[in-house]
Amino acid sequence: MFLLKEVKYKNILNIKALTIPENKVTCILGESGSGKSTLLRLLNKLISYDRGEIFYNNQSLKEIDSVKLRRSVVMLPQSPAIFSGNIRDNLLIGLKFAEKPPVSDDRLHAVLKLVHLDEDLNKDAEKLSEGEKQRLTLGRVLLLDPHVFLLDEPSSSLDEDTEHIIISSLVDYVKKNNKTLIMVTHSKKVANHFADNTFEIKKATIINEGEV
Amino acid sequence: MKDVINLQIWQMASAYVFIVVLLIFVRIRGISREKEILISALRMTLQLILVGYILVYLFENINPLYTILVIIIMEIFAIYNIFKRTKTKLSKPLKKIIAISMLLGTLSSILYFLFIVVNISPWYDPRYFIPISGMIIGNSMTGISLGVTRLVDGMHTQKHLVESALMLGATPRMAAKKIVNNAFDSAILPTINSMVGMGIVFLPGMMTGQILSGISPITAIEYQIAIMLGILGSVSLTVILFINLGYKTFFNGKSQLVIGD
Ligand SMILES: Nc1ncnc2c1ncn2[C@@H]1O[C@H](COP(=O)(O)OP(=O)(O)OP(=O)(O)O)[C@@H](O)[C@H]1O
Ligand SMILES: [Mg+2]
Repeated sequence: MFLLKEVKYKNILNIKALTIPENKVTCILGESGSGKSTLLRLLNKLISYDRGEIFYNNQSLKEIDSVKLRRSVVMLPQSPAIFSGNIRDNLLIGLKFAEKPPVSDDRLHAVLKLVHLDEDLNKDAEKLSEGEKQRLTLGRVLLLDPHVFLLDEPSSSLDEDTEHIIISSLVDYVKKNNKTLIMVTHSKKVANHFADNTFEIKKATIINEGEV
Repeated sequence: MKDVINLQIWQMASAYVFIVVLLIFVRIRGISREKEILISALRMTLQLILVGYILVYLFENINPLYTILVIIIMEIFAIYNIFKRTKTKLSKPLKKIIAISMLLGTLSSILYFLFIVVNISPWYDPRYFIPISGMIIGNSMTGISLGVTRLVDGMHTQKHLVESALMLGATPRMAAKKIVNNAFDSAILPTINSMVGMGIVFLPGMMTGQILSGISPITAIEYQIAIMLGILGSVSLTVILFINLGYKTFFNGKSQLVIGD
């Protein structure tokens, strides 16, 4: 799916070689400031690498239109982005941005259920707690139904139990629908439990890569 | 019709009583604004006297080159003023776009207004050309300043939302849409508001001046209506040009956000 070769971004990231397989759950570990978010941003083409190559389905990222790529490889940022409006608006806005047709409230409820957020669609999204906002934004990217999910610490504001529930329902969904999940997490437990594939970034380079 | 009362120099000077009263008040209250008040009163006086003499000269020596020169100077001052007024630092491409929008927006409005609406002759008649251009350029300058501030501030404070929109697959245009619309709104709102209060809350300066100098109020009002529409048109056109070109400077060709790099 993703293939990285000699990728360099400023003095933040320096990756010799890395393969991220298709239809698998890949977890990225690493201490704070090691460049995990930067890697996801590179894969989402929010920033461009200075040297080397990144291939997505055997095509260089440089040759893929950014917007087209992002509609197939969606990224969830580390801090949840809440747009003004209610929960429904915040779910639908993703479809609007991706130029996909809007969906019925039933579908929205189904997605909220998937992220275990039992709330009224008309509730002001600003009034949600941090963890609820995080789950709302997760629901928003699930609704987009992309090929690849790039999730930057999607469960950082959740307690351990809720984290487990959410990630397992997420992984279920990914497996059932043949999606690829690339997830940054600070929890080794999550990585051990759910990942098909884990690697760790240390001092801006990949130190170990392995199947779990 | 009664003759216009020509103000004697001492009559004009007596109007400075207002400034004196203000200065006394400020002094008693301990508000340290004396310097600004004095300087602005002085600048206003000197600038207007100077402009008065220049206009007299221009009206007596009618020459298309002079008219064009005056317009160019006004445009340069207006553009420079926008750069100075905006608190945030402006990027070079953004400055270029401000200048282009001001020139295109105001000049096309001025030309339309003078040649189609008023239909002046000769085409360079400074008696029409200069004051009308002044009003159109001045108001567009205020409008675009507001628009620039809103756009730049919006892009900076809502950087995270804009980038999140990109992550969800938005084009730069979609991602910036809300900020762009807000900027447009705040840029033209003052002009729209001033139209609402016009004639009831205040008589606009241009009309007042015309009436004082002996022109029939009806004629003055006709001009005022036309010029207000011209100003609204020019402000909108200038601001639309600016924001539609301006938001693009925050993105690169790869649809990436490039703020602060
Ligand atoms: N826009 C930027 N300009 C310059 N340096 C940056 C920029 N963004 C991040 N960095 C630096 O790059 C390094 C990696 O940042 P990154 O956000 O990728 O870390 P991270 O692994 O996601 O950390 P965390 O776990 O805290 O989220 C940090 O040292 C950070 O200071
Ligand atoms: Mg991070």
